[in-house]
Amino acid sequence: MSSVTTADPAAGTATAKVEIRSVHKHFGPLHVLRGIDLDIRAGEVTVVLGPSGSGKSTLLRTVNHLEKVDGGTVSVDGVLVGYRRSGNKLYELREREILKQRTRIGFVFQNFHLFPHLTVLENIVEAPVSALKRPRKEAEAAARSLLERVGLADKAEAYPKQLSGGQQQRVAIARALALEPGLLLFDEPTSALDPELVGEVLDVIKDLAASGTTMIVVTHEIGFAREVADTVVFMDEGRIVEQGPPAEVLDSPRHERTRAFLSKVL
Amino acid sequence: MSLTSDPPATESVVKDPPPTPPAPALVVVPVRHPWRWAAVAATAVLLAQFGHGLVTNPGWEWDVFAAFFTTETILQAVWVTLQLTFHGTALGFAIGIVLAFMRLSASPFLRSVAFAYIWAFRSIPLIVQLLFWFNLAYLYEELSIGIPFGPGFVSFDTMGLVGEMGAAVLGLALHQAAYAAEIVRGGVLAVDEGQLEAAASLGIPRLRQVRRIVLPQAMRSILPNAANEIISLFKGTSIVSVMAIGELFYQVQVVYGRNGRVVPLLMVATAWYVLLTTALSVVQHYVERHYAKGSVR
Repeated sequence: MSSVTTADPAAGTATAKVEIRSVHKHFGPLHVLRGIDLDIRAGEVTVVLGPSGSGKSTLLRTVNHLEKVDGGTVSVDGVLVGYRRSGNKLYELREREILKQRTRIGFVFQNFHLFPHLTVLENIVEAPVSALKRPRKEAEAAARSLLERVGLADKAEAYPKQLSGGQQQRVAIARALALEPGLLLFDEPTSALDPELVGEVLDVIKDLAASGTTMIVVTHEIGFAREVADTVVFMDEGRIVEQGPPAEVLDSPRHERTRAFLSKVL
Repeated sequence: MSLTSDPPATESVVKDPPPTPPAPALVVVPVRHPWRWAAVAATAVLLAQFGHGLVTNPGWEWDVFAAFFTTETILQAVWVTLQLTFHGTALGFAIGIVLAFMRLSASPFLRSVAFAYIWAFRSIPLIVQLLFWFNLAYLYEELSIGIPFGPGFVSFDTMGLVGEMGAAVLGLALHQAAYAAEIVRGGVLAVDEGQLEAAASLGIPRLRQVRRIVLPQAMRSILPNAANEIISLFKGTSIVSVMAIGELFYQVQVVYGRNGRVVPLLMVATAWYVLLTTALSVVQHYVERHYAKGSVR
């Protein structure tokens, strides 16, 4: 997995590759990320597993600079996230520039974080209109077809609180897709859902995975990882313990810690 | 269905159950509250006495009340009161919003300055502060615009620039700003942090995040407190009477100083304060309803 090949030309410019190089992160005295190296090829689906507190959510959040790294670099499609490099110095980008970078990276939160005072349609249209300066009419048409894609065409005028958790998460996915990002990040997208609603959200994500967008998914759904992932990454205590195709990591893990974790969740 | 271990089912003949008599309809008898009725009676008597007094006691002088309620002097005074309220609120909340964001800023200096302002202006009684402003010309005879600590380009006579009305509005607004700042800050803090993260992850520009995502949600907790403050400022304008500005309370005092009809004229002022406070409460109701969009409570 370490060879950095160029993106599949068939995937076009729509999907992005990700390179994470010796990333460190501290929260006060806590060393959450202890030197993470990870390459994700364009169009690939990477599922990150690990016990809670292993740093997997933090790692995901560094990819779109919601979390600043203390050391190392993250780049998406060869462009550094959050910094500009000049010689041996990294200059922190202005907030405006960081916001612009984020429009290329979709993020889906565990707790959806839909805007409760805006309708479903307004939630989806907000970023394309204000960040990408798309005409509202155009953005609304695109939003409606996204809603159709996640099976919620009839909910455009509803407010988030009128929807079930599963429906809210599908709207949140549509909202992230509205920017047509080359990379999608999912932070435990089904962990806040009632068990019977998990399936509908995973189906939407599987659908997206098949469409060839680069995705990083932090989750506890082992079945989903087995079915959809190109690469499974197992993290523990701020380090990547092992990574590889799901058949390898999930069925014949080489490390004791991976085995111990899998025996608990399977 | 049976729980007992019956003998083998050879003789299990199903019998019809014996006919049961129809259950009688049950009547619910509510608990009686005799003391509640006694309390209602006592309160009603007191209310009736008060109402009777209002009508029959000649001291209220309702004819005088009616004669003065809508006279030009009083109407003008009501207008001045409304102007003081409006300008005091607008300027007060404008400064308050700036102070609130200073207190939320990442710069310790800006945070401390805002904190000190709020501390100072909440500590000084309004009436003392108003008298200070009224005597501003004593401290600074003229105000000028120029290089800080250096020469000035333009200068103004303080009393000419500020004026009595200006001093009153300034005093009310600066007092109001300290409270408004805390109300706005509280509202902003009440918005879930996830909302800002979501907006940031979508690349929504910073100002737009504040205007479109944060403030509309903050308004829900800002509004009830803000309405309290506006109503309290509206009545607080009566303090300005110490500066001999012709607002409602001052004008009423002038009139009863002349004709000696203290009670009916105080009732004129009271009725106007009640009327306008009611109007403000109605406005509050509709504004709150507007910002409750999408909420289930």
